[in-house]
Amino acid sequence: MADDTLLKQVKDFANRANPYPVYARLRQNPVSLQDDGTPEGTWVAASHGAIASLLGDPRVSSETLPPADRPRTGNPIKDYLIKPIKDRITDHHRPFIFRDPPDHDALRAAVMHQFTRERVQGMRARSDKLVAELLDAKRDAHRFDAVDDLAYPLPVTVICELFGVPREDEPRFHDWATQLATALEPDSLSNDETRAENSRTFDAIADYMADLIKDKRRHPKDDMLSGLANETTPGGVKVGDYDLIATSVLMLVAGHETTVNLITNGLLTLLRHPDELAKLKADPARAPRVIEELLRYEPPVQFRTRTTLSPIDIAGVTIPEGADLLLLLAAGNRDATVFPEPDRFDPDRTGTRHLGFGGSLHYCVGAPLARFEAEAALTALALRLKAPRLVEDPPPYRPGAALRGPQHLHVAIEGME
Amino acid sequence: MGAAPTPERIVVVGAGLAGLRGAEAIRAAGFRGALTIVGAEPHRPYDRPPLSKHVLTGQIPAEASQLPSRLGRDVTWRLGVDVRRLDREGRQLHLSDGGSLPYDRLLIATGTRARPWIHADEAALRNVFTIRTREDAAGLRAALVAKPKRVLVIGAGFIGCEVAAVCRELDLPVSLIDPSPSPLARVLGHTVGAYIGEIHRGRGVAMRFGSEVAHLEGANDRVTGARLKDGEVLEAEVVVIALGAVRNTEWLDGSGLSADGGGVDCDARGFVLDEGLRPDPSIAAAGDVARFPHPLYGGRRVALEHWGHAVAQADHAGRLLAGADTPAAYAALPNFWSVQGDMVVKSVGLTDGADAVAIVQGDPAQRRFIAVYGRAGRCVAALAVDSARWLPAYAESVASAAPFPPAGAATDRPLREIEIREPGFA
Repeated sequence: MADDTLLKQVKDFANRANPYPVYARLRQNPVSLQDDGTPEGTWVAASHGAIASLLGDPRVSSETLPPADRPRTGNPIKDYLIKPIKDRITDHHRPFIFRDPPDHDALRAAVMHQFTRERVQGMRARSDKLVAELLDAKRDAHRFDAVDDLAYPLPVTVICELFGVPREDEPRFHDWATQLATALEPDSLSNDETRAENSRTFDAIADYMADLIKDKRRHPKDDMLSGLANETTPGGVKVGDYDLIATSVLMLVAGHETTVNLITNGLLTLLRHPDELAKLKADPARAPRVIEELLRYEPPVQFRTRTTLSPIDIAGVTIPEGADLLLLLAAGNRDATVFPEPDRFDPDRTGTRHLGFGGSLHYCVGAPLARFEAEAALTALALRLKAPRLVEDPPPYRPGAALRGPQHLHVAIEGME
Repeated sequence: MGAAPTPERIVVVGAGLAGLRGAEAIRAAGFRGALTIVGAEPHRPYDRPPLSKHVLTGQIPAEASQLPSRLGRDVTWRLGVDVRRLDREGRQLHLSDGGSLPYDRLLIATGTRARPWIHADEAALRNVFTIRTREDAAGLRAALVAKPKRVLVIGAGFIGCEVAAVCRELDLPVSLIDPSPSPLARVLGHTVGAYIGEIHRGRGVAMRFGSEVAHLEGANDRVTGARLKDGEVLEAEVVVIALGAVRNTEWLDGSGLSADGGGVDCDARGFVLDEGLRPDPSIAAAGDVARFPHPLYGGRRVALEHWGHAVAQADHAGRLLAGADTPAAYAALPNFWSVQGDMVVKSVGLTDGADAVAIVQGDPAQRRFIAVYGRAGRCVAALAVDSARWLPAYAESVASAAPFPPAGAATDRPLREIEIREPGFA
């Protein structure tokens, strides 16, 4: 009988800095039933093969969110007239990360249609400039927080500019995004208080987006939200307002909460492997290799959840219908049958079968952005930081087990180049 | 026949995809002796799938599809040469240039050629094309660039459907004619074929099903149209003959091998069989021309005209001839794809003998669906139209002969209950 307490250990904050030994124990069974505090438990897939297969299995659903249930206010009109309507709208217009085909496909296609070559290329050049500005601001510093000084502001600025969110409104997104990102942490969804807070936050950000969309219709600009609000998709459909709100909220939250971890985990890993930092400095053309290996070695999104629509026989077990499923992407990335010496950080590996961006139909939409933002940031850090040294190892971590990364990453430097 | 001696000379007959991949496998397995590749066409091996798609739309020139090769200089190429006869007794090949070529081991990878139009004089008219070679595709491309008033495609198999779709992409009027009730009926059955036919009709292809061409008509050596069996005349400035393929096995006549128009017979390992159905351990076959017992289909003998199969079986046969370890039976799951305009059709398994079909995901009206074929209550094949991402999951059901129809719910299910239908094979 497999140890069924391992999922609890994954979630345990004490293991946040280094969850990999727990992942290794989970991987001894490609798929195992883990205790999650409910009678049914959660089925955890931890081998590369099992995860890759389940990501592309039509019997696996991404519609994992519980029904919307806004907290009651005590005002009967709000509670009995408005609340049921709003809850129903929420349930029918989830962001596409939580939706299955065919709805998922249409919404995703609409977004992809707006990721034009010109926009992506333009933003790539813009990231290099943003990184330079952010580092210039720390030119004479002797201490540098990779999170607050670079890894957080860079992707936030990129996603806001791409979507056409006014820069002065951005600070409001900071707390909204942090709150909504808890939707990816399994335990937060079973916590009534968190769910209530998520409802309030979603309503606040949705109201903001609804106003912004109105503005984009009146005064269209060359940004993705203007495009989504005013153009039809290649299939000739126009995204409805509620779907448009949910989609833009998803993009903005994802832009706030994921790439930050890639950049921070990246710098942390490079500082722990000074030879690799030196190699990147000597040859910035290595950046794509370094980024792909980071996506394998320390992926920003450690796992994603799913449910099963029918029973699935896999790796010697039968996952029943309606089961909660957790795909431990970061464990699959350390599967020795796919990656020899999996615990070694080695940018010279060949092949990019890592699961850092997930896979199949929900493969990360923002992958190109994440790649060039991380390339820009890590290359500049390698070139410019003088005598960088970790102040604290391990650094303090953010609470999330799924979206995992340092809260701060203080680096002592002797100035910047 | 006794055990073959250690080979010093291996000859590969056929310089297509299977011949090339077979030769590479022979070298990769460690064979260091003399390796010769004989090919009827004057070209190094090239890829054929683009010839009915991107070459015709003009996205790539016909000569651009040469296959990348891992072979070194230690290979003798005999290109533009046909093999006339196989002499197994004397272990040699007689060539069209009068020469002969001795071998210790032989890989047969002569593939197929386009089935010609039934009347040779009509086939010789200008602007009548088949599509098999680079020259065929270049010629058809040139004819399409001249903006013909109408293209007539005879035969609604995969090549015919691809060409018709290309014509619509080029905004050329095109008619597709076939005696079957729907396109792809022979391979996919009428039920699924009709769905695909609707998609082509929606793209503007004029469908002439249940009709048969009796004669091509011409004036001044140039084709002007086709006369149907019922006497109707269809005008066309370009005619494409897409009647399938003929296996290149005539050169094996008199060799004592079991071969006919359906291919050369092999045993489960890949060695060819003689007329007494005894394996010849010095000769293997691979690709379109090889007919072999497929373990997934109860040992039924099949010859598969699939790109991925040519690669996998040639790799297997090459290793076999070079004396490397191989599995006891070649058993790769058949799969193919076809790009028809902006529609991608992909399939795994074999529909032959299927007695039921079910649309299990998507919706044909939305031009996106998965069809699973059943035979005697088990899954034997799956077909994806613009839904290829799900195919690996169904491949597993086919490979494991899972019960049909696949049980349980899935994403993007048809709204109604899954309906099991007759596949509609003639």
